[in-house]
Amino acid sequence: MSTRPPSADWSTDFDHLDPRWAEDPYPIWDELRQKCPIAHTERFQGAYFPSRYEDVRAVAYDTEHFSSRRPVVREVRPPLIPAPPITSDPPEHRPAKQVLLPAFTPDEITRHEARTREICRELLARIGDRKRCDGAVEYAQEIPVRVIAHMLGVPEQDGNLFRKWIKEILEIGITDFDVLMRAQREMIAYFAEKIAARRADPGSDLIGYLVNVRVEDRPLTDDHINGTLRLLLIAGIDTTWSAIGSCLWHLAQHTDDRRRLTAEQGLMNSAVEEFLRAYAPVTMAREVVKETQIAGCTFKPGQMVLLSFPSANRDPAMFPDADRVILDRAQNRHAAFGLGIHRCVGSNLARMEIRVALTEWLARFPEFRLDPDARMTWSRGTVRGPRELPLLLGA
Amino acid sequence: MLSYFSVAQFIRGNGGMSATKVLKVRVDRERCQGHARCFALAPELFELDQFGNGRERGDGSVPPALEHKAQLAQANCPELAVEIIEE
Repeated sequence: MSTRPPSADWSTDFDHLDPRWAEDPYPIWDELRQKCPIAHTERFQGAYFPSRYEDVRAVAYDTEHFSSRRPVVREVRPPLIPAPPITSDPPEHRPAKQVLLPAFTPDEITRHEARTREICRELLARIGDRKRCDGAVEYAQEIPVRVIAHMLGVPEQDGNLFRKWIKEILEIGITDFDVLMRAQREMIAYFAEKIAARRADPGSDLIGYLVNVRVEDRPLTDDHINGTLRLLLIAGIDTTWSAIGSCLWHLAQHTDDRRRLTAEQGLMNSAVEEFLRAYAPVTMAREVVKETQIAGCTFKPGQMVLLSFPSANRDPAMFPDADRVILDRAQNRHAAFGLGIHRCVGSNLARMEIRVALTEWLARFPEFRLDPDARMTWSRGTVRGPRELPLLLGA
Repeated sequence: MLSYFSVAQFIRGNGGMSATKVLKVRVDRERCQGHARCFALAPELFELDQFGNGRERGDGSVPPALEHKAQLAQANCPELAVEIIEE
């Protein structure tokens, strides 16, 4: 990928895999919002990039012209790989989503809070009294992997395998079709075995629930369950890992915010919302299926749309001082979990994990900062967050 | 749509009327997508159904002491599904 020609002009040739975009996309998006609010590129076989909140909202709400069947912008268009409900459009979307929602209400998520706290404490104990650690590798990435494994009822030790698949599907697979398809096949085989085992002995985990549940008096097919499980695994891990990492990255550099959050626990919920706004990790995609216009721009069928909730969240027309993190921001209609029917089914889970992860971290390490002598890296592509976050611990 | 700040002004400006006017909250069931912000910010005024979608508690009446929370809920709903009505 080092041979990619650098983007010549963000308005007409944007490339979200460009290292400059991965490193610091915010000035790029600011420029686009002012100069060319809906950018376009011939890369990825043609894609649009709406940068303003109102245009992102318009696309997200318009399921007639914009299909969710391909939720990631890739170099080539692979065959459709259903993972309901994220790849579903109306009318199939509603029942596929409804079946998951009861397992992800705030009350249900509360049941997993104790295990989440335990996981955080185990990870912090492992860091122990060291003066340095990698906040992304040793802490942030481990939390959602273990929590979702716990919820699904698969071994927490399979975490390395999950992370390999996610990197292959969401990062390498954007440009490497073979890697993408191999990872998909491996995941399908992994879950096919788990589903067969639950058919014999259901148990009380999420796989058992999906095997037993009936929608309009019919059980879900194995293909449907398999797609949903792959979605939950992929969507439940590096998104929250990225969000926790970005929170630590911010707090490592902003002493005032760090000390305020440590001192005022009552601030935690609004702080989490503000971190989600400012550092929203997830960019989705849509495929244009019928020609339409938004804000004077024509969207041509067959082209993709990079649906950037992170850019919407930095739109100053929607959020005063959009580039400033304000821990007690009173009005915050951020779109980190999407807008419209595809609102993230795991939003209550993600919020709980981020809140518990930060609370436990600050209780153990109220003072920490970036290690100036070590390299910090960001992920590329669909989900944005720190992948290496070297920290110095203690005052 | 009333913004958070205009609602705050409206309420302050009509403070003397509070004996006769009642504020009510209402969740537009069609717009709600279950972000659950209203429930997080004002659990006294909102509840969630089995799918995690929001709805007002009872007839949605807002006691004066909870007016601020009603505004917060409205100001943080990403789907603009929370309405504040004066009756």
